[in-house]
Amino acid sequence: MADVTPKSVLTTPIFQNNPIALQILGICSALAVTTSLGVSMVMAFAVIFVTSLSNFFVSLIRNHIPSSIRIIVQMTIIASLVIVVDQILKAYAYEMSKQLSVFVGLIITNCIVMGRAEGFAMSNSPGLSFLDGVGNGLGYGFVLMVVGFVRELLGSGSVFGFTVLQTVQDGGWYVGNGLLLLPPSAFFVIGLLIWVMRSLNPEQVEENEFQMKENTQPKEAV
Amino acid sequence: MGNNSIKKTLIVAFALCIVCSVIVSTAAVALRPQQQLNQELDRKTNILNVAKLYEEGMDVEEVFGDEITARVVDLKTGEYAEQFDPETFNQFEAASDPATGRTLSGPEDLAGISRAENYATVYLVGDPDSPEQIVLPIRGQGLWGLMSGFLSVKGDGNTIISITYYELSETPGLGAEVNNPRWQSLWEGKEIYAESGDLTPEIHLSKSASGEHEVDALSGATLTSNGVTNMLKFWLSTEGFAEYLARFRDGVSQAEAQQADVELESEGA
Repeated sequence: MADVTPKSVLTTPIFQNNPIALQILGICSALAVTTSLGVSMVMAFAVIFVTSLSNFFVSLIRNHIPSSIRIIVQMTIIASLVIVVDQILKAYAYEMSKQLSVFVGLIITNCIVMGRAEGFAMSNSPGLSFLDGVGNGLGYGFVLMVVGFVRELLGSGSVFGFTVLQTVQDGGWYVGNGLLLLPPSAFFVIGLLIWVMRSLNPEQVEENEFQMKENTQPKEAV
Repeated sequence: MGNNSIKKTLIVAFALCIVCSVIVSTAAVALRPQQQLNQELDRKTNILNVAKLYEEGMDVEEVFGDEITARVVDLKTGEYAEQFDPETFNQFEAASDPATGRTLSGPEDLAGISRAENYATVYLVGDPDSPEQIVLPIRGQGLWGLMSGFLSVKGDGNTIISITYYELSETPGLGAEVNNPRWQSLWEGKEIYAESGDLTPEIHLSKSASGEHEVDALSGATLTSNGVTNMLKFWLSTEGFAEYLARFRDGVSQAEAQQADVELESEGA
């Protein structure tokens, strides 16, 4: 995190410092839009677009933003970009925008966008901020794609709408897992994903913020 | 001038608002025609879909223009209401307007829509005077929310061709299977009314469907299935399209017979 090079800001958010898996930001929309891969991908692109450009514009005017209204200024820029994305989707990807419904609008409240504007763009140059936005958007998109893949494959038996496991409803053999089509299942998938990522990179495991009292140590209870 | 002075704060806030509002309104205005086109196209695609005329990659606008005529129907009398232009008539607005809609209450409100319109747009496939198919808009409460769709009926005003929903919020994998083509194909050939004089529909979903008036209910989605049954009972009764369909059922029987004869002859030849 310490060295800020164009390459590092672009790539570290994908695995080492993933906004969803490590910082646990932007979970809400990850639950809602990951029932199918196609929708996840459009959502990922929308978020990449918004984070990168909001970072860019916030950084561009960072020396002129009064600190008393900086959050509102960031919010206004983000909200404008989100409305533009929503309008574009409605005009050129109508089917997708119907499926995404309110969740495009809710990118405004996605903590990743706001967090990067406040945490990175306010203190770095526009070029770097833009790349940081792309990187964080990619990190978000990566998790979305993984979750979307698992949920679509096991829930509807297809990948990107192409049938892989023929479901019973369509005269096949696969009984779709209904739970995976519902939002809570994304919690399980994201949880498992975080487990895998932290097992591969043990340095991601946080230190305990406090020590539990001795007699409540789970080890001793066994 | 420091960044935190009141003057600077106001200037930045004002300038930002101007720039952002220009960008947002430009996007909204510039893209609106394209968006309306999409909505239109979506509606037309759904209508062609339920009429089984839709094919992947076809020119929806052209086929729609060639094959389909929209007409506004007065639901009470079953006559065409010529005072409305089908191109601009909006059925959903008509329902909330006191002049063209009515409030439903209690057992009347089978479909759970609380307000119904007195006029509705129907889409006729083929010759508008003796159509091959009639596409009727239907809507009603499902399990989680309103379901809106189309039902297509043959020119005899009784035989169903297909059903489709373009807007619903049913459970994926269970209730949302109403749009599964396999289930939709079950509707083909089912008959709405039992007797020729009936104005009360007989068609309904059933767990063990048999006969001309029953369609297999969706497994695991009892409440969605009930919703579908109820909205059909509502829209195909005298509250809905019964009077209108009756015109075809009475009048068409002779024309239909003639046509059948012609077909028989041509087959024989």
